[in-house]
Amino acid sequence: MSQMTLRTEGETHVIVTRRFAAAPHLVYRAHTDPKLIQTWLLGPDGWTMPVCINEAKPGGRIRYEWTDGKGRGFHLTGEYFDLRPYSRIVHVERMHFPDPTPDNHVETTFEADGDGTVMTMRMTLPDAKTRAAMLATGMETGMEASYARLEGMITSSSHDRSHV
Amino acid sequence: MQLNLDAVFSALADPTRRAILARLAKHEATVTELTEPFEMSQPAVSQHLKVLEEAGLVARRVDGAKRPRRLTHEGVDAMDEWLGTLRKALETNYERLDGVLATMNRQPPKKGRER
Repeated sequence: MSQMTLRTEGETHVIVTRRFAAAPHLVYRAHTDPKLIQTWLLGPDGWTMPVCINEAKPGGRIRYEWTDGKGRGFHLTGEYFDLRPYSRIVHVERMHFPDPTPDNHVETTFEADGDGTVMTMRMTLPDAKTRAAMLATGMETGMEASYARLEGMITSSSHDRSHV
Repeated sequence: MQLNLDAVFSALADPTRRAILARLAKHEATVTELTEPFEMSQPAVSQHLKVLEEAGLVARRVDGAKRPRRLTHEGVDAMDEWLGTLRKALETNYERLDGVLATMNRQPPKKGRER
């Protein structure tokens, strides 16, 4: 029903789309109200966002800090360029591990779709290498949990291809 | 070829090697071609490639004096799996957001639009 898509475009873009069963103003609020952001933008189970600064105005600051409660954590900083309630947000963001990653320019649009909303996030990275690294890093966050699945996948594929 | 799982996991544990795999997923490349975008010395890139080759994720072919590296089937599967993992991490967030939005939908709109 609300299938997410994630694809690359050209050398430097990543496009994510997702449909939500709520009107654009609600989806927009869930992306700009710190109290709401802290309830869902969390990543793997067990992680929380104790610090959430989101000044939803041109020039406003963004700062999200995540922790797993066991001493591991990282944060994201960014700035808003332009906001058009409740249809479009343009901002820049970077992760800190703790060294900052190159800037990721993000345009997020919210389009009414029946009684729901289609959200499209168009990310622009400085170059192809940065995009590859970002995808590789993003993958890492869920990797621990997926080791078991990866193991299953590799085991079955090596059975399939044991003659290779 | 039997994959060595320990070798695969330690090969994937390094961010540079994951980035090299992501680069090779687009197109095969020689050590020289990989050296430039990764701003690393040729021996350093070769060392990473050796680990990836021993893990069965990367293979080389002979093209005259060149030895371009490419992803193996297993390397392609590993990249697909990673993309799947990234999708899953994002999707987990969006499923949480579905729940948040469902709660917001149930709340009656505020009167007077006070701020």
